[in-house]
Amino acid sequence: MNIKHHLDEATLMSYAAGSMSQAMALVVACHLSMCTACRNRAHESEAIGGMLLDNLKPAPVGDDALAQVLACIDGLPELEAEPSGASLNTSLNNRASCEKAESFSSNNDQITSASSVPSPLDDYIGSSLEHIEWNRIVPGVHYHDLPCKTERGGVSRLLRIAPGKAMLPHSHDGNELTLILRGSFTDEVGRFTVGDIADLDNEIQHQPLVDSNEDCICLIATDAPLKFSTLLGKIVQPMTGF
Amino acid sequence: MESKPPGEDVNNVVSMRQAEAPKRWSDRLSDLAKTKDKALYIQLFKHFAPKVKAYIIRLGLVETTAEELMQETMLAVWRKAHLFNPSKAAASTWIFTLARNQSIDWMRKQKYPEYGLESWHEEPDDESDVCEQVVTSDRMAKVISQLPEDQAQVIYMSFYEGRSHSDISARLGVPLGSVKSRIRLASGKIKMMWSDDV
Repeated sequence: MNIKHHLDEATLMSYAAGSMSQAMALVVACHLSMCTACRNRAHESEAIGGMLLDNLKPAPVGDDALAQVLACIDGLPELEAEPSGASLNTSLNNRASCEKAESFSSNNDQITSASSVPSPLDDYIGSSLEHIEWNRIVPGVHYHDLPCKTERGGVSRLLRIAPGKAMLPHSHDGNELTLILRGSFTDEVGRFTVGDIADLDNEIQHQPLVDSNEDCICLIATDAPLKFSTLLGKIVQPMTGF
Repeated sequence: MESKPPGEDVNNVVSMRQAEAPKRWSDRLSDLAKTKDKALYIQLFKHFAPKVKAYIIRLGLVETTAEELMQETMLAVWRKAHLFNPSKAAASTWIFTLARNQSIDWMRKQKYPEYGLESWHEEPDDESDVCEQVVTSDRMAKVISQLPEDQAQVIYMSFYEGRSHSDISARLGVPLGSVKSRIRLASGKIKMMWSDDV
């Protein structure tokens, strides 16, 4: 994969700090799973978090905290056999994702082939783009909403746009992240192909035009509604939910 | 959460003490993965648990929740120690990401989309250097202490208060673009001072 468009530094910092909406974080995590360069930058940002942790004034912990955690550890089966019901690990990875992790680490920069999706997106749509239920906005433009939390009326969705179709020109109130999963498009910023991310804010107005000969599928998140600059856009906006 | 203004105790960040020998903790954590030695784990717990709890409290969670999430984080340290790679990060950085994910997941009741702890476990590439990583945390403390206050403040509000760009923009009364450019500037300075200091 030849990724040319990367994450903005401010976006990366916000992700590393854990201060993004779930919707935006999903797009960032997907790009990171495809882009070694941004993954290395993310590690640098996380090092800031580590340093801040290092230097925090300690808060007193419960007298029995250590004993409780040790008891939990003793209650755990050997690491190889992942526990299913230990009370303290509700959000820890299950065995399946550990195995996925192993196969992933042996194959960095894993390419999103026609039938696979970046692993962070798996949790939401499964491992293939082929079984998604699409809703039509206008001929040639379909969407699938994802159940992610957003900020201030933003959206989290997949878009599928037919070759030759252009989106309506728009700008943004807040940030917009667009990750290309299949196909390509061109806008005022440049040409975006699989793995590229368009990381835009309210200073940019753009009109993406799909220039691949297959449908372009993108993962999109915004943290506020788009601002359409044409009358048509303003009219259809309430219907499309953007 | 107390009703202190956002980013108020930014001075606590910029006047921080030098971190205590981070390399030692990174060595211990990677030894733990190999040996599963409880005594070693207890040392790590005693050092990091109170810091993890302090971090979670700063994100705005109450004492009992912070205690519980701290315990989950420290349990994850035991269970995931084999994923830690000292050539990629300091122990504190790795534990920070565990604590971050636990806290965010709890707040959202749904997982914070992870790009995967497995990437901590990659084979070291050409650019990463074990010796270099070891001094990172010490230098980072120095670097952050040299940031202008408005830049240290946005870093602080992002990492410790978990605030989004638009939330920071609303609270400080500055445009979104300014928040982002302060973060970019801070990041650029951190990286520049970082490389100058080699």
